[in-house]
Amino acid sequence: MSTVLSEPKLPSGVQLPIYMDNHATTPLDPRVLEAMLPYFTDKFGNAASRNHSFGWEAEKAVDLAREQIAKLIGATAKEIIFTSGATESDNLAIKGIGEMYRERGNHIITQVTEHKAILDTCKRMEKQGYRVTYLPVNADGLIEMDDLKRAIDDKTILVTIMFANNEIGVIQPIAEIGKLCHEKGILFHTDAVQAVGKIPVDVNAMNIDVLSLSGHKIYGPKGVGALYVRRRNPRVQIAAQMDGGGHERGMRSGTLNVPGIVGLGAACEISRLEMEEEAAKLSAMRDRLREKLESNLDFVHVNGSMEHHLPGNLNMSFIHVEGESLLMGINDIAVSSGSACTSATLEPSYVLKALGLGDDVAHSSIRFGLGRFNTQAEVDYVADKVIDVVQKLRELSPLYEMAKEGIDLTKVQWQAH
Amino acid sequence: MAYSDKVIEHYNNPRNVGQMDKNSTAVGTGLVGAPECGDVMRLQIKVNPETRVIEDAKFKTFGCGSAIASSSLATEWVKGKTVDEALEIKNTDIVKELALPPVKIHCSVLAEDAIRAAIGDWKKKNVALGEQAAVPVAIAAN
Repeated sequence: MSTVLSEPKLPSGVQLPIYMDNHATTPLDPRVLEAMLPYFTDKFGNAASRNHSFGWEAEKAVDLAREQIAKLIGATAKEIIFTSGATESDNLAIKGIGEMYRERGNHIITQVTEHKAILDTCKRMEKQGYRVTYLPVNADGLIEMDDLKRAIDDKTILVTIMFANNEIGVIQPIAEIGKLCHEKGILFHTDAVQAVGKIPVDVNAMNIDVLSLSGHKIYGPKGVGALYVRRRNPRVQIAAQMDGGGHERGMRSGTLNVPGIVGLGAACEISRLEMEEEAAKLSAMRDRLREKLESNLDFVHVNGSMEHHLPGNLNMSFIHVEGESLLMGINDIAVSSGSACTSATLEPSYVLKALGLGDDVAHSSIRFGLGRFNTQAEVDYVADKVIDVVQKLRELSPLYEMAKEGIDLTKVQWQAH
Repeated sequence: MAYSDKVIEHYNNPRNVGQMDKNSTAVGTGLVGAPECGDVMRLQIKVNPETRVIEDAKFKTFGCGSAIASSSLATEWVKGKTVDEALEIKNTDIVKELALPPVKIHCSVLAEDAIRAAIGDWKKKNVALGEQAAVPVAIAAN
């Protein structure tokens, strides 16, 4: 074998490197940037300044953004609280509700494939005397409603279940969860970072009480997010986690990031208007990518339910090839891997492990995150490149050779180190 | 993770990829690591029974780029050495040659283990030739 990295001729419409990691972050939409720009310079006022035009101008822009965000999720403007991003929104939701409803109970229910912003916040709550139930997921990555029903007790104050998973793109049964929580009088929070702007979200139809969202996942700016907090039926109360000037109805003090908020609003507006068309385009490209990979490679495995799935997500394991070595071979394509070698902790993806996948399959996984600015030419290039590199790495893989010889790799006595 | 030029070079042009007949008495096979740990190396050596010189070496590795480079380098280094000389190769030599960062040191350890396992397997097969059957590390030959 001569080289692992042979450079195919670049097809037209493809420029390297290709960004296909849109669950991590997204580029700013130029239309969003245009909306933001005046608020860095000419319109620099503090939205809390009540006695001059600079403040009024900023406040007006913030109010418009609030409307734009609310409209995307079926809320009202007054129910939107601005934050620095979804991590802060998640922290504020869980800690704020935990503190406010402590007398009613101390039990929180979440599930194992949540983002660390939820899981680590829940761990801290446990240290402070709260009980947390971490629901398992099935092989598809979905929670079972029966598990949730069983987990609820008379001390349960909050259920926090993500809308769509950031690694495997699986969409949880949000409307069912919301209905159950509403019937039981338990608050329902959802980390909807990956769902908002990508698929329809309606806080009323889905009985969502509190919802976290982020700007930079929807072609908006980084450093800005929001928390939807229901005002009616029921009126949700949240204890502030930061003391200060009492901004955002006292729930989140701090001078508002006006350009960021304007950007978040514009990003929501664009997503709302273009969601349907964009979702169809992304689903088609994702399916094309999957078909190409599956028809050209053996030992591939799609992770997570494809029935309940975000349009732009494909998480695939290329068994007998280690994820980091695959990323190295496709280094002109930006994607993510569930391989331990790519994580700071040297542990393979806990999300994939929660699906019951072996560590070896988790090590072999790649997350493709298609977004607004990807093209079909890029999808074709990525598919060809991945096929090429996987084939070359499999020539190098003793496991692939053994599997092809019919050796059951689970029966081999490995010398773990 | 930034890779050193040498790691990239070995990854792009791995040396001595392949397999030899593991049932041959002249061939020693070392299979180390585990799929769930994210790296498995198979290193094979072909030894001249007269001179005890390693005349050929082959490898296949499932693992990250540093693991591939470490085992590729190991096959280069063992070729032409006697089995006793090959046992002198230390993982720290591999770390130095490939400029591996601390997080990748285990790749070099695995390569050293693979050399020792291959030599151990060869010795075990050649006890009749007066070889000590001592196996430096456990071998997970399939």
